[in-house]
Amino acid sequence: MSDETPRLTVTEQSGVSVARFDDRKILEELAIREIEEELSRLVDSKDAINLLLDFQNVEHLSSAALGMLIKLNEQVANSSGRLKLSDIRPQIYQVFKITRLNKLFDIHSSAAEALGAF
Amino acid sequence: MTHADPDNEATYKVVSVPGDLHSGRAAADTVVDEVEQARFGVDAVFAIKLALEEAITNAIRHGNGGDRSKQVTIRYAVSPERCAIIVRDQGQGFNPDAVPDCTNAERLSLPYGRGIMLMRTYMDEVTYREAGTEIYMMRRNN
Repeated sequence: MSDETPRLTVTEQSGVSVARFDDRKILEELAIREIEEELSRLVDSKDAINLLLDFQNVEHLSSAALGMLIKLNEQVANSSGRLKLSDIRPQIYQVFKITRLNKLFDIHSSAAEALGAF
Repeated sequence: MTHADPDNEATYKVVSVPGDLHSGRAAADTVVDEVEQARFGVDAVFAIKLALEEAITNAIRHGNGGDRSKQVTIRYAVSPERCAIIVRDQGQGFNPDAVPDCTNAERLSLPYGRGIMLMRTYMDEVTYREAGTEIYMMRRNN
């Protein structure tokens, strides 16, 4: 039985949809699937979305979460949108670096910096 | 009482879980709780949490093929200096050396295939045994 509580807090700022993860640990398959569904619905709800993922609350994530982000990146690109990531803690950023996904994603140190770059 | 000793697998604590990810998560929390109680550093705790999550998920999804009737067995020992973990599935095994390099440019946008690399990067020792049905991992407290 899935949890109906949203796993993201979404706000609109200067034409950008800012989605902040509410989970500290993006590890469990069920949670990842729910996040994926929420984000997919958000992308589908707008033409050429400008989407910023705010990782300030995220302390742990798994390779399955990375896979979810990769699929989201493709969905955004296919709809002519733009995706940026921000506020990634050093330990989490290291995971992106080790997997070279820091080359795939547009990562900014802060939401303010990312918003200015859209 | 015999304490679990990372150098003696016969003393390892044992947790067997059915092949579902929720049970696997609970088992991982048991191990991580003990690591935190042993006052491992934040980097070591992060590494162990990540590697253990990857190992258990791989055992359940790939090793046991998602078959909930198959068990995943986790054996572990935590000392102030080291944490050793063995995760075993009931599958047919595989060749971990045949897994493609996920950091190759042509594989970067694939949404899978990073678990083994992450375990090997974050743990100080990783060894596959028993035709790939068992993984031994060790991380020092630093």
